[in-house]
Amino acid sequence: MENDQDKIISDATSGEYKYGFYTDIEIETIPKGLSEDVVRLISSKKNEPEWMLEYRLKAFRKWQKMKMPEWAHLKIPEINYQDIIFYAAPKQKPHLESLDEVDPELIETFNKLGIPLNEQKIFTGVAVDAVMDSVSVKTTFKETLADRGIIFCSFSEAVQEHPDLIKKYMGKVVPSTDNYFAALNSAVFSDGSFCYIPKGVRCPMELSTYFRINAANTGQFERTLIIADEESYVSYLEGCTAPQRDENQLHAAIVEIIAEKRAEVKYSTVQNWYPGDKNGVGGIYNFVTKRGICKGEYSKISWTQVETGSAITWKYPSCILKGDNSVGEFYSVAVTNNYQQADTGSKMIHIGKNTKSTIISKGISAGKSQNSYRGLVKVHKNASHARNFSQCDSLLLGDRCGAHTFPYIEVNNQTGIVEHEATTSKIGEDQIFYCNQRGISTENAIGLIVNGYAKEVFNKLPMEFAVEAQKLLEISLEGSVG
Amino acid sequence: MLQIKDLKATIEGKEILKGISLEVKEGEIHAIMGPNGSGKSTLAAVLAGREFAKITHGSVKYMGKDLLEMSPEERSKEGIFLGFQYPIEIPGVSMVNFMKTAINEHRKHRGEDPISASDFLKIMREKKALVEIDSALTSRSVNEGFSGGEKKRNEIFQMAMLEPKLSILDETDSGLDIDALRVVANGVNKLKRDDSATIVITHYQRLLDYIVPDVVHVLFDGKIVKTAGKELAIELEEKGYDWIKKEVDSE
Amino acid sequence: MDRSEIITDKFKDLFRDSSQRLEKNSSELINSFRKEAMEQFLALGVPGRENESYKYANLEPWFAADYKSYFIPEQADFKIAEDFKCEVDDLDAYSLVLLNGFFPTLNGTLMELPNGIWVGSLAYASVRFRDIVEKHYSKYALNGKDGLVPLNTALASDGLFVYAPAGVKLDKPIQIVNLVESKEDMLVQHRNLVVVEENTDVELIVCDHAISPQKFLTNAVTEVFVGQNASFDILRVQNELNNAAKITHTFIHQERDSRAVTNNITLHGGMVRNSTYHWLNGTGAESNALGLYLTDKWQHVDNFVNIDHAMPDCTSKQLFKGVMDDFSTASFNGRIRVARDAQGTRAYQNNNNILLTDDARVYTKPQLEIYADDVKCSHGATVGQLDEEALFYLRSRGIHKDEARLMLMFGFAHEVIENIKSEAMRDRMDGLLLQRLRGELSRCTTCVINCEKDLPHC
Repeated sequence: MENDQDKIISDATSGEYKYGFYTDIEIETIPKGLSEDVVRLISSKKNEPEWMLEYRLKAFRKWQKMKMPEWAHLKIPEINYQDIIFYAAPKQKPHLESLDEVDPELIETFNKLGIPLNEQKIFTGVAVDAVMDSVSVKTTFKETLADRGIIFCSFSEAVQEHPDLIKKYMGKVVPSTDNYFAALNSAVFSDGSFCYIPKGVRCPMELSTYFRINAANTGQFERTLIIADEESYVSYLEGCTAPQRDENQLHAAIVEIIAEKRAEVKYSTVQNWYPGDKNGVGGIYNFVTKRGICKGEYSKISWTQVETGSAITWKYPSCILKGDNSVGEFYSVAVTNNYQQADTGSKMIHIGKNTKSTIISKGISAGKSQNSYRGLVKVHKNASHARNFSQCDSLLLGDRCGAHTFPYIEVNNQTGIVEHEATTSKIGEDQIFYCNQRGISTENAIGLIVNGYAKEVFNKLPMEFAVEAQKLLEISLEGSVG
Repeated sequence: MLQIKDLKATIEGKEILKGISLEVKEGEIHAIMGPNGSGKSTLAAVLAGREFAKITHGSVKYMGKDLLEMSPEERSKEGIFLGFQYPIEIPGVSMVNFMKTAINEHRKHRGEDPISASDFLKIMREKKALVEIDSALTSRSVNEGFSGGEKKRNEIFQMAMLEPKLSILDETDSGLDIDALRVVANGVNKLKRDDSATIVITHYQRLLDYIVPDVVHVLFDGKIVKTAGKELAIELEEKGYDWIKKEVDSE
Repeated sequence: MDRSEIITDKFKDLFRDSSQRLEKNSSELINSFRKEAMEQFLALGVPGRENESYKYANLEPWFAADYKSYFIPEQADFKIAEDFKCEVDDLDAYSLVLLNGFFPTLNGTLMELPNGIWVGSLAYASVRFRDIVEKHYSKYALNGKDGLVPLNTALASDGLFVYAPAGVKLDKPIQIVNLVESKEDMLVQHRNLVVVEENTDVELIVCDHAISPQKFLTNAVTEVFVGQNASFDILRVQNELNNAAKITHTFIHQERDSRAVTNNITLHGGMVRNSTYHWLNGTGAESNALGLYLTDKWQHVDNFVNIDHAMPDCTSKQLFKGVMDDFSTASFNGRIRVARDAQGTRAYQNNNNILLTDDARVYTKPQLEIYADDVKCSHGATVGQLDEEALFYLRSRGIHKDEARLMLMFGFAHEVIENIKSEAMRDRMDGLLLQRLRGELSRCTTCVINCEKDLPHC
């Protein structure tokens, strides 16, 4: 059985990346490299107002003085910023009146990715903002949502149409100088999604952004801003894929969430950027700053992520629990295989009274990958009766991978209760044997066990996504999962 | 000895006890029966002074004093003993240290000097024999790593050590096999005195085969809906709690 | 020039001006390490908060302070040490007194105990047992990121030497009473070496006391070699004054099937930092790292533990517990590293903390770094208060609320103490713990020093 298992696990390395195709479409790019002129060029391409350009330039000047963070448990090759194209967009008419005017190639691309842009073809009640390379291609169900006062559009559009909201909220949760990659994004961000849920409105459908990197040699720098006004609710989904290429591509995104009094935001991600091949060639470098603030009392932000892609993942979706009785949650499954590296986790900053947070992290390492959980739970001095529970488990499939846990706990208030638990082990041979004894093959048994192991997190995903995530897990560990 | 008058209590704003009246006299054994969630354990906890339930109405007199004014430790020293449904594990605190501290607090309350080490060990030995508890158990930390049955025996052992006037046994029979049940019941019977009383809280009639009650109360939805002699327990066993529910509903 | 450069410059000058004196007082072997170590220290400096493993310790003020004395006094006053008796009831041990890290000559410089174990001054041992010292000295105290270790190598001139040759049998523990006492503010750096050869067994009990109220900073390095199938046990009881800072670095190198236990019990001290390293370098080795810290006022206690599973089939356990009162802070930083192919590893780590006031703080950072798959590793960390249910249970048996709280705190802390090998020490520690929790001075009942009278700051 031991040999069987080894074989099955080694077979995992043969898993194919399903979304590795490239769409041959006419694109408009700017020359390689990064300078103040490039920042100005991006801004002018997007017809941005002066204040937005200023915002970018301030971030850019700061970024030039910053150093890439080195504290993560990652080996990051040097990135040559002069060798990256910072803006690429599919060529299309500036204003799209209807779907008919969208390039059929594009529609086909998104169909292939399982994201139909035709509203009639969508059964699931998901509104999608489809982003290819640097721009938003199409946002569906915009009108339906507008009826309820919900604004859901591309970030560029929001800059034009809702400048007051952008000015008021952008950069307030993740300041433009927050960290190296946030500063970079703030300087060169191309597009992304914007969403505003007015007071008292429960968003009737899932909102979703689908990010696709298509063009070669480009970096993708999108940003998302979600504002949930008092007593509103929204569930937001994010998906991402990229073609299979031998070069590494850079992705540095920002997501900001603001939850006002009694508002609830659920943010789910299935991250499936191209992970590189089995020898570690190619793949996306994924450096993402995601942070939400529970501003009002009784507000809630819940992050769920399934991370299977990218050559390198550096990502810590966080909650600032400022409002009294606010709640932060983080549920994560991170799978690494071959030569992938992931350093991911969460920060829960308790500032308000009676604030609660939960962190459930499940790491699965296979091949020669390195998978780290890194998290911070901080209870401020005035955050009386704060409560945190963290559970961070790691599963090792194979003897050439690594699983690491780096939790930081800082408690400054005596009424706080913080509990952290973590376990690391290989897949249980007694469990596999038990399944074998009931007639289940080892391959299927590993599939069952790994899925069971991740189930607690999958259960937090919206239904359609949960199925998708489960499939993704199978592909990522193909051969070892039935 | 104990008079409960129209006692109402809430937990997190929800009313659990909805007006309970009950009188227990010296020498009596009362059984309180009822389905899960009827408020049995809450009543026991309130009598012992747990603060999670808020008393909103009513009074409890114990030996002529206002029980509700007293802290949990005062109640204990005045002779109230609660046998916990789920005895608490306290790592690092040895049974010997625990019991010795408790006994000395009781003695101090009565104006007596602390017990000598040899007397204490002698009493420990006697009481251990009485409740048939394994002597190794008392050399461990309080309840730590004890099996369900061992924990319950340990409760009876503590009861024997503290010689209470009023013992409240909260579901002491739950999770016990027939031998352990017999041991626990024997202990209770042996410890009974003319001036003491016992309230046995139980879901099943089984324990009452061994500890024969003078009075049986049925607690349902926070109220005592029926009070009778020991035959009521047998009737309940035969007809089940649905019978009571129907009776209450029809009223 | 920033503060950290001022500090490194100070030590650079000190080294330059004093090297003659230093070299005169120690052996050629120990001197041969100094220059390189000093260079290493100058490159690394005193660790600041940007150093991950010192993130929560603030050492700078302690190192920036001026000390009157940095080295062995030429003429030591060992009278006080002679008077100081630290007797523990029923503890049958070989008892030795060290003053400011040096051997009072009245004990002799190096002696053979009746059981065949050698104990004495490292400076002397590096001549008398040159081969042994050469084989082990400065071979395990390796942490490329901590400047304080090379600082010690550069400036220390003496310390404790224990040598248990293969096959000797320990009949009783060795108790070291480690006093710091001086008429002037003092920086103490001693260097200890313990060599436990195969199939032997050594148990050390180290009691750290500051007995004068001057400002003390101790930076001590201990290297331990534990041979095949040998056993080593060290219990360190730290009971110093608020004006004393204690930094210890303990490096334990374990061979196949060896066992090592470290236990740091910090009852009192202005600033305490203990770094403990277990290097499991042979299959089947076992290590157990324990710690208990009780802090109040403005004290800070910092524990850093690194367990390195370099070879397969080793087992390690860590248990650290703390109770923080007043404005005090504590931090725990524990790491388990499992090397590639260290299969069959079992590693457990636990850190539990109780905060007693709103101003007390705790930082905990338990870490796992695992590169092998057939492992069972877990860690847990908690910060909280006393268990309300348990408190009620005790009260329901008639125990007063305050007493019940005390019992629970005692029980919480006792879990560390119950791992102490010697029963007499266990009882003594329980007693000291209880005194400490009652807010009394945890001073041994047989102590001849009258703290209230002699030490008003106590």
